[in-house]
Amino acid sequence: MDEKALLKGLATNDKWAIETIYKENYNVMQALIINNNGSVDDAKDVFQEAMIVLFEKVRTEGFELHCQLKTYLYSVCRRIWLKRLQQQNRYADPGDNMEAVIDVDEDLEGHERKDMELEMMEKAIGGLGEPCKSLIEAYYLQKKSMQDIAVSFGYTNADNAKTQKYKCLIRLKKIFFAQYKNDW
Amino acid sequence: MEDINIMEAAERYLRGEMTADETAQFENLRKANAEVDQFVVSHHLFLQQMNNLADTKVFKATLHTIHTDLIEEGKIDSMQLRGKAKLVYLWNRYKRVTAIAASIAGITALSISALVWAFSPRIPAAKLELYDRKFLENESRIKNIEQKEANRDKADHTSTPKKNIKYTSGGTGFIIDAKGYLVTNYHVVAGAKHIAIQNKKGEFVAAVVFIDKAKDLAILKIADDNFKPYSSVPYAISKQGAKLAEPIFTLGYPKDDIVYGQGYLSSLTGFESDTLSCQIEISANHGNSGSPILNKNGEVVGIINGRQLNVEGFTFAIQGKYIFKALDELKKVDTSYNKVRLNTKSTLTGMDRSTQVSKVEDYIYMVKVNN
Repeated sequence: MDEKALLKGLATNDKWAIETIYKENYNVMQALIINNNGSVDDAKDVFQEAMIVLFEKVRTEGFELHCQLKTYLYSVCRRIWLKRLQQQNRYADPGDNMEAVIDVDEDLEGHERKDMELEMMEKAIGGLGEPCKSLIEAYYLQKKSMQDIAVSFGYTNADNAKTQKYKCLIRLKKIFFAQYKNDW
Repeated sequence: MEDINIMEAAERYLRGEMTADETAQFENLRKANAEVDQFVVSHHLFLQQMNNLADTKVFKATLHTIHTDLIEEGKIDSMQLRGKAKLVYLWNRYKRVTAIAASIAGITALSISALVWAFSPRIPAAKLELYDRKFLENESRIKNIEQKEANRDKADHTSTPKKNIKYTSGGTGFIIDAKGYLVTNYHVVAGAKHIAIQNKKGEFVAAVVFIDKAKDLAILKIADDNFKPYSSVPYAISKQGAKLAEPIFTLGYPKDDIVYGQGYLSSLTGFESDTLSCQIEISANHGNSGSPILNKNGEVVGIINGRQLNVEGFTFAIQGKYIFKALDELKKVDTSYNKVRLNTKSTLTGMDRSTQVSKVEDYIYMVKVNN
């Protein structure tokens, strides 16, 4: 299978591409985690996080993968798992019996930053309260049209919904940028 | 409202939904109005975050669905472990924890037992060292014996106890009745096949006639034709026992020649407050077992039997009055011993020490035992 095509599919959230990558890599990573004091659930968590790291990477402009997909995922999984073990004050030393492990620290740092930003956004949305939360989620996350939103939220017309959404958005941006400035 | 329109325009502009004309118009507005430009920049960042969040959420949901689907289809290893495999898995997972737990348990157990050992009072049961003596078969001793025997052979041909017997251990004994009765410790003669007693007067064969294990006492009778009975015994056997701090002296055979030692009674009870014995401060050694302890009047107040191991100067002695008791018991068992009399009147009173010793030493024998 052409890895470039798979990665392109991954960037566009293509289910078939994601499934193929998943299928071909999951078992190896699971073995890595379990052989190093992890559980099946740990394996799933770590692998999916690695997939998100890869997802974020392929979506950045000028993305290029300089190694095999498998090597990249293995390196990321290994790094994430070692970090988690360290946080729990447990240690493991997975012998690098796979092909060479590549340095993924930069990617992981980027991922952690993005993760925090996303968390900040989710918290900001959560802090809005209803109906603003659902309204914003429907429009910006689920990308529903104003028409549909007006119907499902019981507004008389799309303009009313738009006005309501605008008010909510102003509040959300205030909360979000307040946090953003505090944290960065 | 002005702002709501600007925001809508900005969103359309950022999403690229505007026509070319509208775009040009909006860009002019951005250039002309710094506030609008600022808003567009911040809104761009905000929308980007929103889109990232949306995409990531979708991606996470997709991952979850895929995971479940793949497990159901059996295309990835779900690790639903059962039986032995599960055991092996659990073992692999927890072996480190188990090992650490086991080590900690081990260390704790060891340190607790170490602490208990360090702080618990010492059990002194086996720490009473008896003062009997092991004869070493070293050359000087053999030479010494040979020499003595040669001398004796020259001097007295009638005194010939069995010569082939090798005596392996021994102690001290002293005459309590002029007819040839001696007292020594039970542990000196315990398990003896042959007993001989020896001092300057010569060597005689003796036999045990009475033992008291609890009081560590034994009464021996000299059973040798060569023995000539004494006319009397110079020292007395005290019924009262000694008083605390009373000066005392002893004579015994820690080596092949008689040794004098002096000290005082330091406690009325003996090892572990044993009331049968008493404690004396005197230098004693192996071989002193059975030595009489005399006070300044020449009364036997005790018999040395041992010392506390590893503690200097804790020598213990059996109180002299138990000799009477032992003799009484002996008389009950066998009336032929009714004639045995203990001297209760010392003839040594008022003499100086060296005279006392010179009078006493002939009545004190080395007891030699062949096990």
